[in-house]
Amino acid sequence: MQINGEFKPLIVAFCCNWCSYAGADLAGNNRLAYPENVKIIKVPCSCRVNPMFILRAFQRGADGVIICGCHPGDCHYTSGNYYTRRRMSLLFSMLNFLGIEKERTRVEWVSAAEGAKFAATMNEFTEAVAALGENKRLEDLRCKR
Amino acid sequence: MRKCSLQNLETVFEKISESMTLYIPADTKDGADFTKWTKGVQMSQALNTNRSAKDFFFPQTEDLVEFKTEGKNIEVIDTRKESEDFAVFGVRACDVKSFDILDRVFLTEPYDSYYATRREHGVIFSLACTRPAETCFCGTFGINPAEPGADVSMWKTDSEMFFEANTEKGKEILKKLESVTQSADASDVDGQKKKTGEIMKKLPLSDLSAEKFGKGMTSKYFDSPKWRELSATCIGCGTCTFVCPTCQCYDIKDFNSGKGVIRYRCWDSCMYSDFTKMAHGNSRNSQTERFRQRFMHKLVYYPDNNDGMFSCVGCGRCLNKCPISMNIVKVMKTLGGEDNE
Amino acid sequence: MQKINSTMLIEKAAQLLENGTADRVLGWKKGEFDYDITPAVFNSVDQIKKEFVFGDFCGANLSKYLVKETRKGDGKVAVFLKPCDTYSFNQLLTEKRFDREKVYAVGISCEGMADIFKVKQIAGDGIVSVSSDGENVKVETLYDGEKTIKLSDVIAERCINCKSRKCVAYDELMGEEGEIIDSDRFDMVSKIESMSEDERFGFWQNELSKCIRCNACRNVCPACTCEKCVFDNPDSCAQNKAPADSFEEKMFHIIRAFHVAGRCTDCGECSRVCPQNIPLHLLNRKFIKDIDTFYGEYQAGAQVGSRAPLVDYTEGDIEPGEAVMKGESENA
Repeated sequence: MQINGEFKPLIVAFCCNWCSYAGADLAGNNRLAYPENVKIIKVPCSCRVNPMFILRAFQRGADGVIICGCHPGDCHYTSGNYYTRRRMSLLFSMLNFLGIEKERTRVEWVSAAEGAKFAATMNEFTEAVAALGENKRLEDLRCKR
Repeated sequence: MRKCSLQNLETVFEKISESMTLYIPADTKDGADFTKWTKGVQMSQALNTNRSAKDFFFPQTEDLVEFKTEGKNIEVIDTRKESEDFAVFGVRACDVKSFDILDRVFLTEPYDSYYATRREHGVIFSLACTRPAETCFCGTFGINPAEPGADVSMWKTDSEMFFEANTEKGKEILKKLESVTQSADASDVDGQKKKTGEIMKKLPLSDLSAEKFGKGMTSKYFDSPKWRELSATCIGCGTCTFVCPTCQCYDIKDFNSGKGVIRYRCWDSCMYSDFTKMAHGNSRNSQTERFRQRFMHKLVYYPDNNDGMFSCVGCGRCLNKCPISMNIVKVMKTLGGEDNE
Repeated sequence: MQKINSTMLIEKAAQLLENGTADRVLGWKKGEFDYDITPAVFNSVDQIKKEFVFGDFCGANLSKYLVKETRKGDGKVAVFLKPCDTYSFNQLLTEKRFDREKVYAVGISCEGMADIFKVKQIAGDGIVSVSSDGENVKVETLYDGEKTIKLSDVIAERCINCKSRKCVAYDELMGEEGEIIDSDRFDMVSKIESMSEDERFGFWQNELSKCIRCNACRNVCPACTCEKCVFDNPDSCAQNKAPADSFEEKMFHIIRAFHVAGRCTDCGECSRVCPQNIPLHLLNRKFIKDIDTFYGEYQAGAQVGSRAPLVDYTEGDIEPGEAVMKGESENA
């Protein structure tokens, strides 16, 4: 995403309701800075994220997509994030196979107590995506005009 | 009539592309397809292209209009662009005939200006066939592959390419090509025409007749029990429709880009379960009905509305591409054969 | 062992109808030429004797038709299944897509099917007749007369890389049971993995941009049996009938492959039917290869009732970040 002629990566972060979203909240409460271009979408569980959500995010202009959920074993629904882990392993490996930069996708487990980890992850991820530049390989030009 | 040697064909391409974009059939690893000509692109020897030439006038998708909203205002943007001049080289007689069929749909009221602008700006160089394939049956619909028509007809011999203008547009462009072509005698290609005629008689589908179909046959075939059998294994994909040079159904859809709405049209297929879905649901609920629609349209409904003209040109693409090898030839033989049983 | 031929299957099909084992038979029907064979439902012995055929161009996998066919009435459907089709058959059963009681399955051994496009590439256009004796293919053409080509030169890609000649499900077997083959089917996937990122993108951009969204790959796929596909549902926000701006076709093919990941038996029908010759099976094989690497070898359809890897997990599963790296470098 270009803002005033400067490239700022647009990051879509899917955060689970129980851990990661609370983690993001904690980051805010603790005044920990992370880029304003990280757009959080709250989902009931990380396994709610359908591969189509991720592709849609890229289509609509995201430069990077990150999925945050409870640590394995801590899922509010017992096993949701285990499924997320398998699905995203395969999906991201496939995107990489198609030549879509692997640095644009990530899964990170962030608990409700890990506000600092949330902020650090977002900073680091944004930086990595910024280094890649704009998402050109999964873009939809119709959304850019 | 004009001619040029095959070695000099490139100068003809160069000359044409001076004033317009030129597309020629070129080989890819999967067969021939129309490709934008640039220096070095060679013309394919293949009989026909994978995709038909209808793409030039009726592309798979095109934007119709765009809406942008700001506050309570809606801005309507006309996305239509005046087409630039272009030429398509090496269109076979079957595909040439398909333009007639499409014209009757798009250029009668309601007049389709999107189609019309492309039609106006396109010049078609047709190419006579010398080696029709076993899947060819253009003869069934009265098409002569040795007299391909369109703006300029072309015949290719072992060493030369012959050009004959058929329309004003054709004459104009041949005039431009005078510097790179020589004058020729129409009788130079007679031998080839005759030879093609002989081959046509030998084609395995040469005896296929459309006589039993056409105007006013709806009641005869509509309730035939054969439809169920014919469509029993149809997988309901759109392959036949999309490779067909005469299929012209489309859908108009809105795409919300987040910044506005783009209204576009795209090819649709009567084989799809959501084809012509309306508020009350679908008009054809089973694959048999959908299958019947496609063939009845080609063989009966279209002729009903167009002075008996069929909307199949016998190019054979569906014969080659259908995943289950079910096609119009089998349909015609099965339905037409009913009387004899 | 004698190669299965038309006569043997016609006899068997007729017998199954006559002795009441089944009241209809799913098989292959003669076409206009020797190669354009259509899957068909046969209801009478007469019809079987007149139109049933089996040969080198009977590639179509009949197992998916059982979903639709078994819903029609009470009688039994007899079906002929090649080894790869039996895997699809098992997978459909695992997903409870049809009633096993209503099917009589005849497994038939298979040594690979021919690809008519390969024949045409070698023999040229205008094929009047084509027949094979199991080793050579005799082709008669309009322009070049008779030609003999090796059957092995025109075998379909999926059969060259056949994973198994073993019929894993049947009520009755014709021919040998066959064996699982140690195939090189992942070679092309590995080759693409070892390309640079830009090359991979270029390869797929080129292939997928040919897509005309005819949906043949989806509709023929025995793993794609949703009653209403998300891509056909106007309410899904995903419906898009056409390739657009190089995004929609990528979306479609990624989702299509992902949706059958862990359930795809690698029967290769998607690539067989693609009118644009896109090597779609490579997407499915990438998932299969990754599943094998990450979670241990798994063959969908090998057994009825096995748990697909995507509806399963272990606590120690690989993390997505590592998986992507491993999926790239695990080039055996």
